[in-house]
Amino acid sequence: MKRLDLRGMRVQVLYFAAFRDAVGRETQTEELGENATVADLWDRLVLQVPFFGRFPAMPPAAVNREYVEGDTALRDGDEVAFLPPVAGG
Amino acid sequence: MFMTDAPLDLAALLEEARPSDGALCLFVGVVRNQNDGRPTTAIVYEAYGSMAEEQIERILGGLAREFPSARLVVRHRLGRLSVGDASVAIVATSPHRAEAFAACRAAIDRIKTTVPIWKKEFHPDGSSDWVDPTKMS
Repeated sequence: MKRLDLRGMRVQVLYFAAFRDAVGRETQTEELGENATVADLWDRLVLQVPFFGRFPAMPPAAVNREYVEGDTALRDGDEVAFLPPVAGG
Repeated sequence: MFMTDAPLDLAALLEEARPSDGALCLFVGVVRNQNDGRPTTAIVYEAYGSMAEEQIERILGGLAREFPSARLVVRHRLGRLSVGDASVAIVATSPHRAEAFAACRAAIDRIKTTVPIWKKEFHPDGSSDWVDPTKMS
């Protein structure tokens, strides 16, 4: 019999540049349910941060410093960043 | 480390790039005095440092497969830069110039699109804003 695991997970969210200025901090911890995806986390943040509500779609995201798609499943302890348009050089 | 807070030392980079290869192509990005019609006095560069290092490493790995005879040296500045300061330097060396030019061009193009680096422009009136290349014409 499959056991239902009600324990969630915690991920670290990082903000940079324009996003950090809009949110007013560099990092926050979010608790999510099992099987939550990157898109689920973005949907949560849109509810918290009015600035994010202006985005028609999820911005580029990275999990543990790798670009990922929204359907990527998150794991406990992941480092997640939603990235403003990059402008190096 | 590809990202640095120190001014870019172009002579040292040329030395590091093994100029005995035959062809050497140097690209230097410098802070321009205006952007999108607004005068700029300075730019602050910020990066997601650990990810930026990994992404540049990945770009160089891909270029090593595409341009097997080319060698690349890359440095990108962080922090506050004035107009005319070098913000990024790419040195590509190869036995022949075609591959050096191509590898150098590909390196800067990819760095500008995938490495998590951002710049905040400062204007003469004291205002500042983050550059958003997706909103430029």
